[in-house]
This record gives sequence, C-alpha cells and structure tokens, in this order.
Amino acid sequence: MKGYNFAYLDEQTKRMIRRALLKAVAIPGHQVPFGSREMPLPYGWGTGGIQVTASVLGENDTLKVIDQGADDTTNAVSIRQFFARTAGVRTTTHTAEATVIQTRHRIPEETLRENQIIVYQVPQPEPLYRLEPSRVETKRMHALSDYGLMHVKLYEDVARLGQISISYDYPVMVNERYLMSPSPIPAFDNPKMHQMPALQLFGAGREKRIYAIPPWTDVRSLDFDDHPFRPINAHQPCGLCGATDSYKDEVITDDRGGRMFVCSDTDHCERRRAAA
Amino acid sequence: MNEQPIIEARGLTLSFGTIPALRDVDVELYLGEILAIVGESGSGKTTLLNVLSGQQQPQSGIVTYRDPAGAVHDVHAMPAPMLRTLQRSDWGFVHQDPRRSLRMNVSAGGNVGERLMAQGARHYGEIRTQALDWLQQVEIDADRIDDLPRTFSGGMLQRLQIARTLVTHPRLVFMDEPTGGLDVSVQARLLDLIRSLVARLGVAVVLVTHDIAVARLLGHRLAVMQRGRVVETGLTDQVLDDPRHPYTQLLVSSVLQA
Repeated sequence: MKGYNFAYLDEQTKRMIRRALLKAVAIPGHQVPFGSREMPLPYGWGTGGIQVTASVLGENDTLKVIDQGADDTTNAVSIRQFFARTAGVRTTTHTAEATVIQTRHRIPEETLRENQIIVYQVPQPEPLYRLEPSRVETKRMHALSDYGLMHVKLYEDVARLGQISISYDYPVMVNERYLMSPSPIPAFDNPKMHQMPALQLFGAGREKRIYAIPPWTDVRSLDFDDHPFRPINAHQPCGLCGATDSYKDEVITDDRGGRMFVCSDTDHCERRRAAA
Repeated sequence: MNEQPIIEARGLTLSFGTIPALRDVDVELYLGEILAIVGESGSGKTTLLNVLSGQQQPQSGIVTYRDPAGAVHDVHAMPAPMLRTLQRSDWGFVHQDPRRSLRMNVSAGGNVGERLMAQGARHYGEIRTQALDWLQQVEIDADRIDDLPRTFSGGMLQRLQIARTLVTHPRLVFMDEPTGGLDVSVQARLLDLIRSLVARLGVAVVLVTHDIAVARLLGHRLAVMQRGRVVETGLTDQVLDDPRHPYTQLLVSSVLQA
C-alpha cells in the first residue's frame, strides 16, 4: 500500500519492539516494557498484538487472525485485512498453513509446529493486578519470586466455593520462575502452552508490556496438590461437527430459548465437517 | 541462653536531617529471650526496630543475624531475595495496627496460610489444618476461619496477626506496640497469650513499647531509649526496681500506681 511502510509501523519502531521481544524470549514470562505506539484501532482491540505481529511479519509469511477462536468475527477480519493491505502478506484461515497467528482469547485446537509464531493480544499483563494494586510492589514480587499472594487467591476460592473458580486468564508459572498471565484464554487452553513447539509472543498495547514463552518451555498452571488444575469445558459435543475434545461456545439460536454448543475454533470445526 | 546471640547490633547510628534517631546503639538478643525497648515517643524505638529488621539502612553500624545453621549474615548487606525469604519465614513482624499486615479482603484462614504458601506449601488440606490449629492457639473460634478480618474486633485482629506471624515458626519476632490501642482487659489477655506462646515456642522477641507495665510483664531484659541513645539496659526487674539513669527514674516514677 502506497504511503505506508511495510506492515504499517516504521522500521525504527519495529526494531525497538524486536529488541523488547528478544529480551522477552531470553527471560521467559518476564514482562518487558516497550514504547507502545498509537495504532489505528482502539485500546482493547489488540493494539499490543498488532504491533508485535507487525514487527515479526516478513514478506513470505502467511497470517491467520482469530478472535475467540473464530476467523470471521469483526476483530479478526479487521486485523487480517489491515495486514493484507499494509503488508501485502498472504492470509489464511487454516491453522496449518499459517506461519504467524495473531489471537485474541484462544489457542487453536490444532497442535502448532516449530516454525510457527503465535501472538496473543493481552489486556492486562500483570497476573497480580487484582490482588496487589501497586506496580512497584508487584515488580518487587516478581523480582523475588514472592508469589504466595497468588496462592492465597486460590486458597480463598477453594475455601469459599470448594474449587478453584478461575475459568479464563488462569495464572501460570513459566519455566519455574515467573508468574505469568496467559491472556484471557480459557483455562482449557492452558495445557497447550506447556512445551509448545511454536514461539509464543504476548503484546499488551495499553499497558506497554511484551512477554514471551520460547518453544519447548515448561508452563504450569497454579494449583494445590489436593485440588489439581482442571481444564473447564462444556459437557455437550459440538452441535455442528460433533467434536467432544474441542472448546465449545454456547450460542443462542433464537428468542425462544434455543441454544447450541459449537466449537469456538471455526477452522477446526469446518475441517472436521469437510472431512466427514 | 549460653549460646551466641541470634541478632546483634553494634554502633547503629541514623539521623533524619538534624534529628538523631539512633546514636551509637548496641543491641543483642538471644533465642528464647524477650528484649523490651521502652522510651517516650520520638526516642528512636521504632527506628531501631526497622533497622534491626532490615527495613531501614543505618548510616553507620552493623546488624548481624545468625541463621539456624550458625552462619552469620550482615542484615544490611544481604541480597534482597534472601532478606525477603527471612522476613517471610524465620522472622516475623507484628505491627501495632494489624490492618497494616493483614489482608482485610482475605479470609482469616487465607491470612494465616499466606506465609505457608509463600514458603511453598501446596497442599490445601494441610494449609487449612495448620490455619485451624493456629486460630485455636490464639483463641479464635474455628468457625470464624472463613470470615473476613473486617468482621473481627480489634483484639481478635491483633491475635489473628500473631497467628499469621507465628505459623511459620519464626525464631525472631519484632513487635511494635502489639497491645497499643486495645482496652485494658483485652490487653491483659493478649499479653498473657504472647507470653505463653513465646515461652512455648522459644522465639526471640524484640518488643517496642511505651508502656512500662507491658515491658515489665513480658520483657526479660529492658533497654531504655532517650533521644536515640540507649541510656540504660539490664534485666527488667533490676532496671525498673532500681533505675539508675535520671531518665529511667523519671519514666518509672511517672507510671500511675493502680
């Protein structure tokens, strides 16, 4: 597209973000501050993810963008079109064909490969945000790996509700060192982050933080020995493809109480139906 | 108490601008002993506590701490992670205002369990059992375990703070006016509780108080501070019955005889 640099951001900015990314990869799970730029979309729509994608995207890359698992929702369509126009890269909805996947709130069902990068959009990078309001204090807690407070939250859940009640943005320990927010993905997706072959990058635009998980890194969801981590999912199979092992959304189909459970990963669902 | 001191300070000096808070203070404390530090407001008691516990850096002087293995550490030269580990395991801090150290939006059980979890306890059942045990030891009803501290009275909050501090079996506890702001009958029960717990667990306590009666009841040894200087030190009864320094004499004679 004329008048714009490749992938919208100027090269200086991309270099700055890549430096932050390198540092983030070197210290898995550690939040690295970066000079987040104004992007032509509002905060909360993926300004962090889009900047990370812009700085890792090359001419030969194939981009897939998903929003809550779906390729056809506003956020996904807009960002995909944005890069199709400003970078001229190929885009796809097929997980296997993509080299870079930008995601909001899901990890694709299909296992990712070593030569793929997944970019998460992160609204709140600080996992201790709701427990400790002071950023100075949370930074110190990260530095000293003083994470008792996070377990107090889990303790409170079990004491009051009999189980850990976090269903999304479930905190994880990365490489047995840093407590990290996995972004608001369902807890169901947490186990996929563990020893993932693909590179995982996280961008928080409003909060101006980048963090990363290198391939083949340990990612453990916090839990108690006697209350182990349980991924939560709907019991019903997908109403379209019949899958039982994928994460489902409940969709209201009419105004008379009709509803069905369908795969949240549209690409996964479509491929299953095409194969059947 | 024939071994070496668990914590030892030599020549502590610290002034805030022109105001001297500590002037060449020497302190030592042995396991199982309660050292009461008395003096009027502004005499440097709390500053001394903060410096001893590593929360404040002195301008000169050294504080050394002897760990369970017998190794001696300079508290102010210790790496931050180590100091933090000490502060949440082998040391404890009881504030005058329990709201400063308690988490008011976390249940009593969670408050007591936090230090255990910070140390790596990951078994919910065991954490809860220990929390229950400690609530009983500080005379809080077991069925209050899931209640928020904001529903507790002042005396209960202070006892909860003590349970939360002692749950990791610290060897050294710093107490800053633990009975301040409580009414007399609650104070008496709390003092009794502290005295019996300390005796049973054999912890060393540095107790800061402006209340001579509290010092007499709890303290084995007494240090009297005036304008940043320790003016008199010795066994509690000795100092209080036969005060030598004019300031101590003033302090002792100013206590109302009930």
